Amino acid sequence: MNDIAIRVENLSKLYYIGAKQDQPDNLREWLTGRFRRNKHDARDEALWALKDVSFKVKRGEVVGVIGRNGAGKSTLLKILSRITEPTGGRVEMDGRVGSLLEVGTGFHPELTGRENIFYSGAILGMRRAEIDRRFDEILDFSGVEKFIDTPFKRYSSGMKVRLGFAVAAHLEPEILLIDEVLAVGDATFQRKCLTKMNDISRENRTILFVSHNLAAIKNLCPSSILLEGGAIETEGDSNGVIASYMTLVSPAKDGWNDIPPDINRFGTGILRTEYFTLRNQRGESVDTIESGEDVLFCFGYTSNTTQTLKNVDAGFWVDNEYGETLFAQYSSYMGQKLRVSDVRGEFQCLITDLPLSPGRYLVHPRIHVFGELADGLLQPAGAFQVEFGDFYGTGSKGFFSDNPLVNFMVKGDWGVGNM
Amino acid sequence: MKGSTESPEVDMMPGQDLLPAAGSQKVVIEATHGLASLKLGLVWEYRELLYFMVWRDIKVRYKQTFLGILWVLLQPLVSIIVFSVLFGYLLAVPSGDVPYPIFLYSALLPWTYFSTSLTRSTTGVVNSSHLITKVYFPRLVIPISGVLSGFIDFAIAFVILIGLMLVYQINPTPNIVFLPGFILLAMLTALAFGLWLSALNVRFRDVNYMLPFLVQVWMYLTPVVYGSNLIPEPYRFLLALNPMTGVVAGFRWALLGDYLADAAPPDELFPISMAITLVVLISGIVFFRTTERTFADII
Repeated sequence: MNDIAIRVENLSKLYYIGAKQDQPDNLREWLTGRFRRNKHDARDEALWALKDVSFKVKRGEVVGVIGRNGAGKSTLLKILSRITEPTGGRVEMDGRVGSLLEVGTGFHPELTGRENIFYSGAILGMRRAEIDRRFDEILDFSGVEKFIDTPFKRYSSGMKVRLGFAVAAHLEPEILLIDEVLAVGDATFQRKCLTKMNDISRENRTILFVSHNLAAIKNLCPSSILLEGGAIETEGDSNGVIASYMTLVSPAKDGWNDIPPDINRFGTGILRTEYFTLRNQRGESVDTIESGEDVLFCFGYTSNTTQTLKNVDAGFWVDNEYGETLFAQYSSYMGQKLRVSDVRGEFQCLITDLPLSPGRYLVHPRIHVFGELADGLLQPAGAFQVEFGDFYGTGSKGFFSDNPLVNFMVKGDWGVGNM
Repeated sequence: MKGSTESPEVDMMPGQDLLPAAGSQKVVIEATHGLASLKLGLVWEYRELLYFMVWRDIKVRYKQTFLGILWVLLQPLVSIIVFSVLFGYLLAVPSGDVPYPIFLYSALLPWTYFSTSLTRSTTGVVNSSHLITKVYFPRLVIPISGVLSGFIDFAIAFVILIGLMLVYQINPTPNIVFLPGFILLAMLTALAFGLWLSALNVRFRDVNYMLPFLVQVWMYLTPVVYGSNLIPEPYRFLLALNPMTGVVAGFRWALLGDYLADAAPPDELFPISMAITLVVLISGIVFFRTTERTFADII
């Protein structure tokens, strides 16, 4: 048996954006369109959703696919799932292919849960005998036994997702294509799904996993592919690929970050964040800080009114490199209402004994005025590095210092007592 | 791919497969150009899905209705009464030697099957857009299931025909053995036009608006409420261009042949009807398979 499960060669897909948007939805437009010289006229903008993409996936390998919106991830998955045809190139897949582009594909609201398991299973490519055989297992995994004969439309959204994933998780293809399905459901269920996916990947099945959830990619996929603008930007070890993805999505530098005026932002705009920087105890702008240091998170602002604004709530949250949010801090959490009377100034938040472990972190600021969002950014305002420091005040590193699974630290005071 | 974990042990142990070879199959994806081939074997491979789609259609259709399956009987009964009063009594459309209601219903029954099947297969693809953009299966399954699922309704409505024949004391003629053939022809005709219209519907939603109108006009162009002998002889061949004429006239002949002097057996015009259906069907499959490549992109 060939040890290459998926072989993609020079795969390309061309879309005509104009054609897609001004699709002649009625006959008249189409007929008049016939008199124009070309099938795709000048209005149509050609867009290569994928251009000359080639890669191989070995049997039993679990590969992540990451990239920004519009990078071609979904197009790639749609072509591999045979939903749409490529414009050029070739794909060879050796084995039974199953694809999971959403949870609950083919569920019909009028059918009962039981009926839907069979119907959806058939649509996803399961044989009837296979569904019969695994029915109890599916039911058990979904945890909706009590409602199995209730019409699906009466299910809560959580139950819908659980039953949908239960069916999908029991597909038995040798090659599994998965898109973002884990972005749904509550945290407990997401964990259950990740565990299940982990099990699946151990069964020596080949998986291509498209996701924005970098933490999931890091945990499940030893190697990844980064798509950018329809082409492969990097491929290889997931940690490296995730790092290149991060520099791609957040060009935010460490240290002082002016926020460009053309950045995507939302809110009323009465106050705008102008820059972000960290300051050390001496008030100097820095890009690197040690664990356990006291640090000022500083956000420069401009006000577009000369009036004094009362009840300003400034805040930010901090993500790690895998997109996991570690903490958020708003002045309102501390019961502090800020007053802004200058047109320009700096919001400063002192964090003592910075509890973050070594790594790179991203900062997302927000400003609310009288409970209304004044400024929010669609991407991080900046980043900073944390290096090893004497957090515990004892000189101990703890054993986590290079263990990326430990995100932050807390202090403790130990003793031995008797009950 | 590069930089990945070490290759599976399969390299070390030639001949020992990690997965059973039985379920293995090779999938090749490439851009296709020109007209598509029929590849009907693919539909056969997905016959279980076809079965489930038909099963779902039937299950869903009468859920949460008060009268449920009774609707299948109610609709034709009301039609029989209205048409009989209007065409049989007031307009006195000639119905040969049989009472007008049975004359009407022997044609209305296959017509209703045809028109509902046509409607279902035409709208089916667009109504399944949520599936088409999310999962692969041969799209032909959708219009085919639309044609098949109407068959249950047809079977139930057939009970009314039996009732009418009992009431009017009309015995089935030996010609009735040809009836399944005409049912099949109605099915294929609905599928033939359904394939063209459903594929066009993906691109031009005009089809949705046109469809009820088309079905209505088509019914009056088919000898359903009247007999084909109502059309003057020189123009009668025009009826044959309508493939449903063959189906409807054939139905009447198979059921009432002996009672109805002018219910002619299928004549030389019938092959024309059949040929038209066949041409539309095969071209419909090719057109559908050719356009289905872009269904997911434009639906």
